[in-house]
Amino acid sequence: MALQACTDNPTETVSSDMPVLKERGQREVFCGLTGIVWLHRKMQDAFFLVVGSRTCAHLIQSAAGVMIFAEPRFGTAILGERDLAGLADANEELERVVEELLLRRPDIGTLFLVGSCPSEVIKLDLAKAAEKLNHRHFPKTRVLNYSGSGIETTFTQGEDACLGSMVPVLPSKETEEPALMVVGSLADVVEDQFQRLFDRMGIGPVSFFPPRRASNLPSVGKGTKLLVAQPFLSETVRLLIARGAELLPSPYPFGIEGTTAWLKAAADTWGVEEETFESAIAPAVARANTGLERYRQELSGRKAFLFPDSQLEIPLARFLSRECGMELVEVGTPYIDRLLMDQEIALLPEGTSLSEGQDVEKQLDRCRAARPDITVCGLGLANPLEAEGMATKWSIELVFSPLHGYDQAADLAELFTRSLERRKRLTV
Amino acid sequence: MELTLWTYEGPPHVGAMRVATSMEGVHYVLHAPQGDTYADLLFTMIERRDQRPPVTYTTFQARDLGGDTAEMVKTSVRDAYERFQPQLMLVGESCTAELIQDQPGALAQSMGLPVPVVNLELPAYSKKENWGGSETLYHLVRTLLLSAALPPGTKRPEREPAIRPKANIIGPTALGFRCRDDIQEVLKLLGEIGVDANVIAPLGATPEDIKRIPDADFNICLYPEIAQTTCDWLKRNFAQPIVKTVPIGVGATRDFIAEIGEVAGIDVSRVLARSKSETLGNWNVSRVASSAIPGASRMPWYSRSVDSTYLTGKRVFIFGDATHAIAAARIATEELGFTLVGIGTYSRKFARQVREVAKQHGVEAVISDDYLAVETAVAEAAPELVLGTQMERHIAKRLGIPCAVISTPIHVQDVPARYSPQMGWEGANVIFDDWVHPLMMGLEEHLIGMFREDFEFAEGHMSHLHTAPSVEERTAEEAAEKATEEAKALAAPTDHDAAVKPMGSAPDAATAGGNWSPDGLAELKKIPFFVRGKVKRNTEKFASDRGITSITVDTLYEAKAAIGK
Repeated sequence: MALQACTDNPTETVSSDMPVLKERGQREVFCGLTGIVWLHRKMQDAFFLVVGSRTCAHLIQSAAGVMIFAEPRFGTAILGERDLAGLADANEELERVVEELLLRRPDIGTLFLVGSCPSEVIKLDLAKAAEKLNHRHFPKTRVLNYSGSGIETTFTQGEDACLGSMVPVLPSKETEEPALMVVGSLADVVEDQFQRLFDRMGIGPVSFFPPRRASNLPSVGKGTKLLVAQPFLSETVRLLIARGAELLPSPYPFGIEGTTAWLKAAADTWGVEEETFESAIAPAVARANTGLERYRQELSGRKAFLFPDSQLEIPLARFLSRECGMELVEVGTPYIDRLLMDQEIALLPEGTSLSEGQDVEKQLDRCRAARPDITVCGLGLANPLEAEGMATKWSIELVFSPLHGYDQAADLAELFTRSLERRKRLTV
Repeated sequence: MELTLWTYEGPPHVGAMRVATSMEGVHYVLHAPQGDTYADLLFTMIERRDQRPPVTYTTFQARDLGGDTAEMVKTSVRDAYERFQPQLMLVGESCTAELIQDQPGALAQSMGLPVPVVNLELPAYSKKENWGGSETLYHLVRTLLLSAALPPGTKRPEREPAIRPKANIIGPTALGFRCRDDIQEVLKLLGEIGVDANVIAPLGATPEDIKRIPDADFNICLYPEIAQTTCDWLKRNFAQPIVKTVPIGVGATRDFIAEIGEVAGIDVSRVLARSKSETLGNWNVSRVASSAIPGASRMPWYSRSVDSTYLTGKRVFIFGDATHAIAAARIATEELGFTLVGIGTYSRKFARQVREVAKQHGVEAVISDDYLAVETAVAEAAPELVLGTQMERHIAKRLGIPCAVISTPIHVQDVPARYSPQMGWEGANVIFDDWVHPLMMGLEEHLIGMFREDFEFAEGHMSHLHTAPSVEERTAEEAAEKATEEAKALAAPTDHDAAVKPMGSAPDAATAGGNWSPDGLAELKKIPFFVRGKVKRNTEKFASDRGITSITVDTLYEAKAAIGK
């Protein structure tokens, strides 16, 4: 596998001429391995085996180890000095480790071999290893491979790489009839809500990718229409397009506006009557407006500063400014993919200060100078900024809370008011 | 390559971070890929620190690998020095940087910075966190003190008898197990016997403080995993004797005080006598009313009071770093009356000491950092209580055994807001409460042994905890059966056989194994669940030793008579 940072993907045509501050320096972000923390819950029959160092093992257990597992659903094959000495040996070792694991856990349906910085730097060919192991264990266990290394992936890009690895094994669609595929991990409850809305509009068949069980893969081919639920799925979307699917460009389903536009993209493709569409969404939109109102009052006119983390920053900033009336001081994001982000950038207020990449010390200086009312940042920065008197919203929660769709619009806004509300309540 | 579900220690650079973050005026430049900044969260979240750790990462990415990563190191070192103006810089690599060999430490040393630069060489593929912490502290101390070392053979001048002895406390770090409160407790102990603290390091020390280390009369090696290498070096170069007893537990605290008395040449008999006087209670009103009596631990009396009788002979398995495991073994057996059925450590450097303790108790020590090996050993020993790390909580959950945490690795709940030392008199109080809490209370234990069909207080239920089993998960056996069914449902329809026995089945599940007759099996289920695993194992061994093919009710009781409870 060629070492190529995802951030080096050639940019697509730039439709918006919004200036973007590009910075390089220390990046205070997670690597793609972190995606395992939510993917292991989404696909319960899957196991994630990282091939890496003790650092990788330590990362995942520090993030997820506070939960007590009777049966862990992830682990690390830790490279030792012997593995670094010769490559052929490392392949045999990996086979031995996988055998040991599958013996212990016969219930594993899909095994992901996850590449890390060390395994990429020594060019351990995990793709080949996965193929070989798959030959041996399929159909009982399917073995796939992706890279979650920090040198190539940032945080949510781990999910992109994971889903990307599943695309080639998706069954081919038998007919060319239109079918909708919703791409990106969603909370189960949100999936059900969207399914009901699609049913009401007569859009279908609908599949969700990733599925709740890794063994239950949706099919893809000509006629598959992609509605992308998460903005960080660059590679997955491109691979699905390569298999004949068609992207329905749209903003992301955060807030009322985003959700309506997102559903509309599917409705238009399916030729849903305007009236049917309106009546299908009307009750949910009305509820969402009611729910959002009290938080809108709380957030309106306040300043927000977003540090780069998950690529959700631009859609969230759009929601915060257009639906909650917030002022955007700076919207930082690890990486901008124009193919997936143009629709969102076009909705940002004129003159929004966008930044791509990071030099964390300089960005902190800007943040401190601006004294925003709320700072969206990672957990490495949150407590230190709170101690400086700044209200923060830790960004990781935005990735693993049910926040998409109408009925979660108020919950989404509430997350940003919570630390403000807390400050009001606490008297000591 | 080693299959690891959970790791007991992080990589060595995390140990170095712990030392850097413990101190003030020290900055650490770490050559590491993007993403390794996760380690900041250990300090800002698990320890809830209100500042970023003093660590600058180069965070290189794939696109940088083709270019000049060495130049990135130089830029980072320069920028970090200018921004933070530390008194000392540590420079080192993480595991990925070790592969690309930019020699960041040597590079930084050649940059002519006006402060000492310590080049950390921490082999990430063979060493681990505590070793990294220990090496970092040693090199840091050595860098600052080498020029002041006494010529070989020099003796320290005798202390004037009128001057109080001074001690350094070496070893407490950020992310250590209860270091924050242990220090307070040790300072109280020193106060009681008239010893002054000179320097506490690395936690809270500056490089200037480190330079004052030679002023003390002796060093207290409080956490040998971190401190021993440094204490040994200080002994060689500054003739400072080392106090080696770690004061965890009442007995160990008394020995600690006695050892300081010897090393410092002071009289500690009054304090020791006072500590012994509370053993038989004497908790009269005035004593109870003043909760902060130095030299008093309630643990000896609590443990002697009749409510604790049911603790006698409880089978306990201990695992952790060597220091805490050894201390726990002594407390468990000598101060709480448990029976040690297993002990182990992941600290290979101290394996010999742990083996000695194991030998005293007639068990085989588990010296391993392999979580699966520890899990096997626990299942084999079938204890009633596991004293271990955060990782043993996973094992104990799976096996349905009560568990308390005694050592790192830990998670956020083991950095509590309340005062919770492990060391000294108060530490023993904390330990009594924490270790007894997960066990079933005495009355409930009796009643469940007598009446087995209660609709509310079912098998394995501990009503003083929030762990009431749901109706579906009434007993360990039922839960195991359920897991088996679920595993079957998961497996491909073509292959039922492979999924029959998930590892989740508890060892006391009286299902498989042995040649149990139905009546024998039914009788086995009447044994209280927390000793059932052991009874089952004993009976099966008894049967196989005698070539008994079918284990009946009688076999069970014959085995019981032959082996004892």
